[in-house]
Amino acid sequence: MHDAPVIEAQNLDLTFQTADGPVQALRDVNLEIGKGEFVSFIGPSGCGKTTFLRVIAALEHPTGGTITVNGMTPDEARKSRAYGYVFQAAGLYPWRTIEKNIKLPLEIMGFEAAEQERRVKNVLQLVDLEGFGKKFPWQLSGGMQQRASIARALAFDADILLMDEPFGALDEIVRDHLNEQLLKLWARTEKTIGFVTHSIPEAVYLSTKIVVMSPRPGRITDVIESDLPKERPLDIRDTPEFLAIAHRVREGLRAGHAYDD
Amino acid sequence: MTDGVAPAMFGPKSAARWVGAVSGAVLPVMAVVAAIVAIWYGGSVMMNRAWTLDQIERRGLEMTTMEIVADTMNQERPVLPTPHQVFNELWDTTVGEPIMRERRGELQGNPRNLFFHAYHTLWPTILGFAIGSFLGILLAVGIVHSRAMDMSVMPWAIASQTIPILAIAPIIVVVVSNLPALNNAVDQGWISDDTKLLVPKALISSYLSFFPVVVGMVAGLRSPNASDLDLMRTYSASRGQTFWKLRLPASVPFLFTSFKVSIAAALVGTIVAELPTGARFGLGARLLTGSYYGQTIQIWSALFMAAICAAALVILLGALERVVLKRMGVRT
Repeated sequence: MHDAPVIEAQNLDLTFQTADGPVQALRDVNLEIGKGEFVSFIGPSGCGKTTFLRVIAALEHPTGGTITVNGMTPDEARKSRAYGYVFQAAGLYPWRTIEKNIKLPLEIMGFEAAEQERRVKNVLQLVDLEGFGKKFPWQLSGGMQQRASIARALAFDADILLMDEPFGALDEIVRDHLNEQLLKLWARTEKTIGFVTHSIPEAVYLSTKIVVMSPRPGRITDVIESDLPKERPLDIRDTPEFLAIAHRVREGLRAGHAYDD
Repeated sequence: MTDGVAPAMFGPKSAARWVGAVSGAVLPVMAVVAAIVAIWYGGSVMMNRAWTLDQIERRGLEMTTMEIVADTMNQERPVLPTPHQVFNELWDTTVGEPIMRERRGELQGNPRNLFFHAYHTLWPTILGFAIGSFLGILLAVGIVHSRAMDMSVMPWAIASQTIPILAIAPIIVVVVSNLPALNNAVDQGWISDDTKLLVPKALISSYLSFFPVVVGMVAGLRSPNASDLDLMRTYSASRGQTFWKLRLPASVPFLFTSFKVSIAAALVGTIVAELPTGARFGLGARLLTGSYYGQTIQIWSALFMAAICAAALVILLGALERVVLKRMGVRT
C-alpha cells in the first residue's frame, strides 16, 4: 500500500507585499514528500527555498494553492508538534545552558520534569554531545552549537525535521562531519527531513530527493530522485553515480538562470 | 635563593605586571585627578582674590603675594572653596561628628553629620527608584505588547521628561502632603511624620527614574531577533511564554544599563524634591541652608557627598549586574 504523502503542495503561490510592490516568492509549486524521505531544496538566493520551508512550518502563509502537512493545514500540524525547525544560526538562547536550551520546547509544551530530563539525555546522545549539557552556548564550537540546535528540534519527537541551511555558516571540514552525522541520525530516527542548502555536494550527498528551484518568481525547475544507496560513506562523492546526479542538479540550476542574462 | 612563595609573589614577572597595571590605568587616572586639583586651586586663587584684596584695602594691610595666595585658599566663605577645605569639611562632618546625639532625653540622628543627611536622601532615592523601575518595566511591557500603548504612552513619557522637575516638584509636594489618606494614616499612628515627608520625595524621585527604565526596557524586550521569535512560533508558544522565556531574559543586560542611569536620576530627583519642601534633613536641605547662609564650603561638601552616594549606588548596581549576568552565562 502506498503511504499518503507527509507534505503535499498543490499550485502553491505566495506573494509578499513590499514597499516596492508585490514580490512573487513562490509560483505554482507542486511537490509531494513521502514519509522518511530526505528532501533537499537547492537554488540561488531568492528562489523561495527558505520561503517554502517556512510555509511548511506555518511561519509564512501561502496566498494561493493548498498545502497539507500530515494531512492537516500547516497551522494545525504545528499545533500537533509535527515538526522541529533548525535555523541557519544555531539560535541557542545565550542565557540558557545547552541542557536548558533543549528543554525550552519541552517546557513550553508542558512535559514533566522527569520526562524532560530523560529526553535531554536521549537527544544529547543522538547528536553526540553527552557531557556538554551544563555548558553555555558560547563555550561550544559553531558545529557543536548547531548539533545542540538539532537536538533541541528533536527533543519533542516530531516526525518532520525542517532545516534551513543549518551548516551554511560552518567550514567545509566541520560541515562534512556534520553531514555524515546527520545521515546516521536520519537512519536511526527515520524522520522526514526537509533541508535547504546552497551546496550541490551537500544536497546530493544527503538526499533521497533533490528539489531544484530558481528565482523571480520562485519556482521548482526540477525534482531529482536519487538512487544512491542509503548507506553513504563520504567518498561516495567521487563515484560516477554521485557525479551524474550532481551534474543534473547543476544543469537544473543553470537552466533556471538562463533567461536572467 | 630557595623556592618559596615570596619569589613567586615578588618575582620579576609579577613586578612587571604591577608596573604594567600602574602605567596602564592608575597613572593616567592619577594624572587626570592631579590636573583637576591643580586647575581647581588655580580657580580658587583667582576667584577668591578680589575679596582678599578688598580686605587689604579696607584694613590698610601690607601683604606679600605669597600671603595673598595663602589667604585666598583659606577664606571662611570663599567664592570657590579649595579642595582641602572641602575635604576637611567632609571629614569634620562625617568622621568628626557623632552620628547620633541626645536630644530631649531621646537619642536622635545628628543633623551636623553629613551621613545623617545622606541617609535622609538615600531612602527616598531607593524607594523612588524602586517605584520608578517597577512602573517603567510595567509601561515597557505594555508598550511592547500593545500597539495602542506604543503609540499613546511613549509620547507622554517623553513629554513628561521635558517638564522641568523644579516646576513640578512643589505641586507634587503640596498635593501629596494634603492627601486625606496620608494625613489619616499619620493621625492613626500608622506612619510617622518623617515617613510622610518621605512620600513626596520618593514620588518626585520616581518621576525622574522611570523614564530611563522605560526606554531601556522597551529596547531590551524588542532585542530578540526574528529567528529567536520564529523559534518560539514553531513551538506554538503563547505570548506569555515568549515573554517569560525569551523577551524578559533578553532584556536583562539592557535593564541594568537603564538602572544605572535611573538611580542617578532618582538621586537628583530626591535632592531637587528637598529644595521646595522646606525639608530640614537631606542633602538637598543641606545645600539650601548652605546657600542661605553663604556657606560655600558646606554646599560643596554636600555636593561631594551626593556624588559619593550616586557613585556608591551605581557601583552597587554594577556588582549586582555582574552577579546576575554571570549566572545567565555571559562570558567574563
